[in-house]
Amino acid sequence: MEIITFIAKKLLWLIPTFFGITVISFTVMHLAPGEPMALQANFNPKMTPEMRERLRRAYGLDKPLYVQYARWLKGLVTFDLGRSFSPDRRPVWDKIKERLPVTLLINCLSMLLIIVVSVPLGVAAAVRHNSPFDHITTVLVYLGYAAPSFWLALLAMILFGIKLEWLPISGLHSLMGYSSMSTMEKVMDWARHLVLPVTVSAVGGLAGLSRYMKSSMLEVLRQDYILTARAKGLPENRVIYKHALRNALLPLITILGLSVPGLIGGSVIFESLFAIPGVGQLMWSSVMARDYPVLMGNLVIVAVLTLLGNLLADIGYALADPRVRKGIEGEQ
Amino acid sequence: MKGLLTSALIALIFLLLALNEQCLHAGTGPDYGDTIIVGSIGDASILIPMLATDATSHEIAGLIFNGLVKYDGDLNLVGDLAKGWEISEDGLVITFHLRRGVKWGDGVEFTSADCLFGFNLITDPKTPTAYAGDFKEVEKAEAPDPYTFRVRYKEPFAPALSSWGNLVVLPKHILEGKDITKTDFGRHPVGLGPYRLKEWKTQERIVLEFNPTYFEGRPYLDRYVMRIIPDPATMFLELKSGGLDWMGLNPIQYKRQTNTRFFRENFKKYRYLSFSYTYLGYNLRDPLFKDRRVRQAISYAIDKEEIVRGVLLGLGVPATGPYKPDAWYYNPNVRRYPYDPERARALLKEAGWADHDGDGWLDKAGRRFTFTVITNQGNALRDRTAQIIQWRLKQVGIEMKIRTIEWTAFINDFIDKRRFQAVILGWTLGQDPDIYDIWHSSKTGPKELNFIGYKNPEVDRLLIEGRHTFDREKRKRIYWRIQEILAEDQPYTFLYVPMSLPIIHKRFRGIEPAPAGISYNFIRWWVPKNEQKYIMP
Repeated sequence: MEIITFIAKKLLWLIPTFFGITVISFTVMHLAPGEPMALQANFNPKMTPEMRERLRRAYGLDKPLYVQYARWLKGLVTFDLGRSFSPDRRPVWDKIKERLPVTLLINCLSMLLIIVVSVPLGVAAAVRHNSPFDHITTVLVYLGYAAPSFWLALLAMILFGIKLEWLPISGLHSLMGYSSMSTMEKVMDWARHLVLPVTVSAVGGLAGLSRYMKSSMLEVLRQDYILTARAKGLPENRVIYKHALRNALLPLITILGLSVPGLIGGSVIFESLFAIPGVGQLMWSSVMARDYPVLMGNLVIVAVLTLLGNLLADIGYALADPRVRKGIEGEQ
Repeated sequence: MKGLLTSALIALIFLLLALNEQCLHAGTGPDYGDTIIVGSIGDASILIPMLATDATSHEIAGLIFNGLVKYDGDLNLVGDLAKGWEISEDGLVITFHLRRGVKWGDGVEFTSADCLFGFNLITDPKTPTAYAGDFKEVEKAEAPDPYTFRVRYKEPFAPALSSWGNLVVLPKHILEGKDITKTDFGRHPVGLGPYRLKEWKTQERIVLEFNPTYFEGRPYLDRYVMRIIPDPATMFLELKSGGLDWMGLNPIQYKRQTNTRFFRENFKKYRYLSFSYTYLGYNLRDPLFKDRRVRQAISYAIDKEEIVRGVLLGLGVPATGPYKPDAWYYNPNVRRYPYDPERARALLKEAGWADHDGDGWLDKAGRRFTFTVITNQGNALRDRTAQIIQWRLKQVGIEMKIRTIEWTAFINDFIDKRRFQAVILGWTLGQDPDIYDIWHSSKTGPKELNFIGYKNPEVDRLLIEGRHTFDREKRKRIYWRIQEILAEDQPYTFLYVPMSLPIIHKRFRGIEPAPAGISYNFIRWWVPKNEQKYIMP
């Protein structure tokens, strides 16, 4: 019961936060110099001043900012994000929708890869604290973190794509003959195309999570109950993986919760490098073109996901950690 | 004996090879088939020519739609959907005679009603087009019969003819009564050009397939695929791995990175002057640059050959005026400004600038000669150009500072508000010599293109005359004179005309570089059957 009021309270808080975010984004966005027509109109000799005014009116940019915001908000309430200001005038949701799946797929795979590699790595480093293994892995993951990802990506493309010819360089699937492939072949084709982008984007994330895991594990290993477990004569494996790991994983929930918005955020650099039609590129081009509706649409989705991620992390904590649950009950 | 046999064998092989070559070239003419895969940095936005403002959209739409007229390889206007046209004595009325039997993708015949529809659409205040300007000069447009289209102008307007390209021909039977901003026609266009849109995956690829009933005969290549690869480095790697047939190179790639055996065996590089030039423009409202001698001196102090060598690796030519040197209206005899620092110093001295206090910088009335040049962020060529100029000007005692600014802010806060002393920018040129919008003194208002504030009564008069003259020889004389005046006045220091540097797979035949570039005869490119790479089921 307590947990339900806890969630309801959290949910209620989300509403003002959300509107605060949209107001701030909307204002800041309009503070940037330039207008949406800039790209179409600037330096185009055929563009007459009347045309420019006409476009401004068509986009509703002649109205005061609060009117524009109210109009946008009205659309949002009916789940209408408006139409893009770019020449195609497509609905914003259509533009985002066609890009979301790819970005989600790549980011989830990359997240998964990061977890699968860094959790064991962190645990191993904690157990062998200050051993050569610990030092070497530390250096390696930090190298991965420090190396510019676009550089790593290009090196990987040259090695695997051109020198060894093992993997395709860019794109999501083969250009020719894709439609005549069987489902299995299609999956394999996608997999081959995704190896490089997923791996390279995961490399930079290893350092953070594995170091976090390690320190959390070290912390837990110092606890009295670990001593107790060892004193009971439990095998070391059981002590580490049953007693220590479960507790050390708790902070991971927060990190995972916080990385939910990152899952749709996409990365401009990666998407550009690997020619992947994802959300990051859309966001970037809409910023450059001052395409306000697309930009706001993206921000709304990121904002909602960030808030949801936080909420999920809170709930996850409450479910996983009896101390937090107790805390809630204590408040009552 | 053995030696003889070997040489006989070698001779035989050569003979066979030669025969093979013969077969290739003397065959039954061009073959049909194969696909060309083109790399592009940006995706198209919308495939309705009058609504599109980016190069990629126009490139694709240009293969799907045709206009009444088009430019041939030598930049002559020739008929396209119009078989021919007449211009009345007074230059006010143009009558187009249209081809018969041209069909839209859905089988409906193209008629003058489609031209009239397109014209009405582009001049409709509700249509968000950036190209209405040229059509505002039209007094009346009419379609007296299905194969005649007539336009009457308020006054003679020489660029008029060229404006009847593919902006205004749209299928009336599909679009009539629809809101053009809300239809999905721009994503699924129905055209009458050499290719039809088959597939468009946003930010991934655009696939075009040949139009079997194209009125000039079907194009040889079955398919045109544009792959969108935003990163130039990736695009080059894709080319290297065989995933692309055609991309534009930058000077370093052209000069240094494509000389390997792989490239020699598989690709052919082309180069031709691009339709653009880069310049150093002075804000003529700034007291520093009011004096023509100062501007001339700066032009003498800059070594343009050196910039072409250093920045373009020689793949370009120094500019002498606002046109590219292989255009018919280019005047090769204008005053030139070869690198001559002595002359620069002398001119500056005449204008009162000398190093009076001996600190190495020129000064006048106690003030040092210093100014800031601005340019847009993200253009490495312009950055480098600015640095070379900075170094050269320092040698004559002028201090130049460089500032780079993000494009939108650059235009909005600096160019439009006239808050600049000098700029390094470039202009893309059209095929018509009309440059009224850039140089006429009436175009100095806010957001207008004569942002440097150039005013010369003779140029004003000539620009208007040039717009009203249809005769090519007369027009040539007008624009030659304008180039002479601009060369004297140096409102810009014209820096260079870069080259376009496409690289194309060797199997494509029929590519003939011309002043218009290479793509003007794209539908006549072909691949011999035995070399075709993408065989379709």
